[in-house]
Amino acid sequence: MAAADEFGVLTKAFTGLGVDEKSLISILGKWHPEHKQSFRKTTRDIFIEDERQFERWDDRHVQKLQQEFLRFKDAVVLWTMHPWERDARLLWEAVYKGPKYGILVEIACTRSSEELLGARRAYHSLFEHSIEEDIAFHIHSFEKKLLVGLVSAYRYEGPKYGEEVAKSEAKILKNVIKDGAKKLHEEEEIVRILTTRSKLHLKAVFKHYKETSGNYLDEDLGDHLILKQTVQCLCKPETYFTEVLDVSLKGIGHDFAKEALTRVIVTRADVDLKLIKEEYHHLSGFTLSHKIEEIANGNFKDFLLTLIARGDQEN
Amino acid sequence: MSTLIVPPHVPSVAEDCEQLHKAFEGWGTNERLIISILAHRNAGQRKAIRHAYAETYGKDLLKDLDKELSSDFERLVLLWTLDPPERDAVLTDEATKKWTKSNQVLVEIACTRPSKGLILVREAYHSRFKRSLEEDVAYHTTGDFRKLLLPLVSSYRYEGDEVNLRLAKSEAKILHEKIKGKHYSDDDVIRIVATRSKAQVNATLNEYKNEFGNDIIKDLEHDDDNEFLPILKATFECLVYPENYFEKVLREAINKRGTDEGALTRVVATRAEVDLKIIKDLYHKRNSVPLHRAIVKDTHGDYEKMLVALIGEDDA
Repeated sequence: MAAADEFGVLTKAFTGLGVDEKSLISILGKWHPEHKQSFRKTTRDIFIEDERQFERWDDRHVQKLQQEFLRFKDAVVLWTMHPWERDARLLWEAVYKGPKYGILVEIACTRSSEELLGARRAYHSLFEHSIEEDIAFHIHSFEKKLLVGLVSAYRYEGPKYGEEVAKSEAKILKNVIKDGAKKLHEEEEIVRILTTRSKLHLKAVFKHYKETSGNYLDEDLGDHLILKQTVQCLCKPETYFTEVLDVSLKGIGHDFAKEALTRVIVTRADVDLKLIKEEYHHLSGFTLSHKIEEIANGNFKDFLLTLIARGDQEN
Repeated sequence: MSTLIVPPHVPSVAEDCEQLHKAFEGWGTNERLIISILAHRNAGQRKAIRHAYAETYGKDLLKDLDKELSSDFERLVLLWTLDPPERDAVLTDEATKKWTKSNQVLVEIACTRPSKGLILVREAYHSRFKRSLEEDVAYHTTGDFRKLLLPLVSSYRYEGDEVNLRLAKSEAKILHEKIKGKHYSDDDVIRIVATRSKAQVNATLNEYKNEFGNDIIKDLEHDDDNEFLPILKATFECLVYPENYFEKVLREAINKRGTDEGALTRVVATRAEVDLKIIKDLYHKRNSVPLHRAIVKDTHGDYEKMLVALIGEDDA
């Protein structure tokens, strides 16, 4: 490979999601000091000319690189962990390293009743508190009531629900939304319905809402992101996860948008990843695998692609 | 400490079933036989009997009991025979559908059962009523009551003994401030009482007493007109002094004009296998008369006999 090509490959190996370990080994491993110096002198985004005459590695890039080396390890750890421990740790991070309301909603609403209970149990073991006490204590915003309610729910999962009640609750929601209150997530009836009703019941509410108002409930809640996410996670999680993937794959946004890629694929691989893949393709015109090939590197990339392929084998 | 007396040599489950079936035969019912069996079997044994009865006779023991018995005696026997989580599910369902502001049953069940126990109740509730306990509580209660009751029935408290003293001090201060200002249903008050572990609440109440001189319960007694206060008081009592709470319920049930059989039945049936011995001793200390004597004076017939058997004072 010509020197310039090698520089290109190496630069790519150092950027994007994950790190291209093979290239690093094959190129860096054989370079002599003068090659490395040449690389440093010409790669201006990563190395800067220090006043004391040496090419200095940009601090922020080193930090990013460290993160990217860890990305594969984080994916593996997340995948291997017991789902209860995994979700308990994600919940803890969402409270203490955020707050990241989206993740709290995601876990509380997309897991089954037993899985959420398991996560709460694991949280007791790991952190010697209950998740609801930590959320109630550390989150001071208006979303608190909704979040505590969502995480405390032990929803009925059977086939029965009240059609008439669902109809009347769709009406209640319609009226509350129409009144245009600014703090919808504090509206008692909205919180009551979303935090206590079974998922089947809520799907019926969603359906009646569309039939009577002509709109989709989650779209009408659009101004209140957390309510929109709640409804999506409860009624059509594939849509929610597709949107999260879309944002994270576009490369925009903060580090936790990139973390989301790992989280979604690892936590949904044996659940509904096939559905999510289909919806992503429908939304973006690309296949998920294609996008990941484009922006991810090395072991991290291979691991994700392997997890994605599992879904195909199961059907 | 349980008051249940199970004989050292228990007949086989098949024998018990046969005897019970015999008790229903012909005209009338042999209540004494029913008491002698059911009032002397623990939860595991009663469950086995129900199962075997259904297999042998193709009928639900509880339905047969319902057919054959009546009134207070029937209710006590039915409640007693049920598995504890199912029993609590039935009680919470009743408390929710016929909810009034003075009803303390939801608080009682949510706060005196261990964390895991409450989860089992919620599971049993799903099975029996095809809805979640919390959705029914949310739907049937309103205002400040819903604000307190919903998180109480949804809680899954940490059950360890660890206590954070600094937190206990600061939360005692918060409670004191809110109570002084009569903000009884304030967000922080609800948060502390509905989410903290029982050990933590206990430590907080100790700090409260140390710092401010009074038991929090005393400070919650001053506002007679406030309907919410008794529920808040009951919440604290159930969390940290459950035996005191139950002794009080028994005392009021017995002293009430005409007796509150509902409360009497509920406490005896739900605590006989848990801590009725402690409650009994407390009752004797506080009222200078043993519980069984007070019960005998206040009730009669088979209902009385069943109660006395459950509190361990019959001659069986």
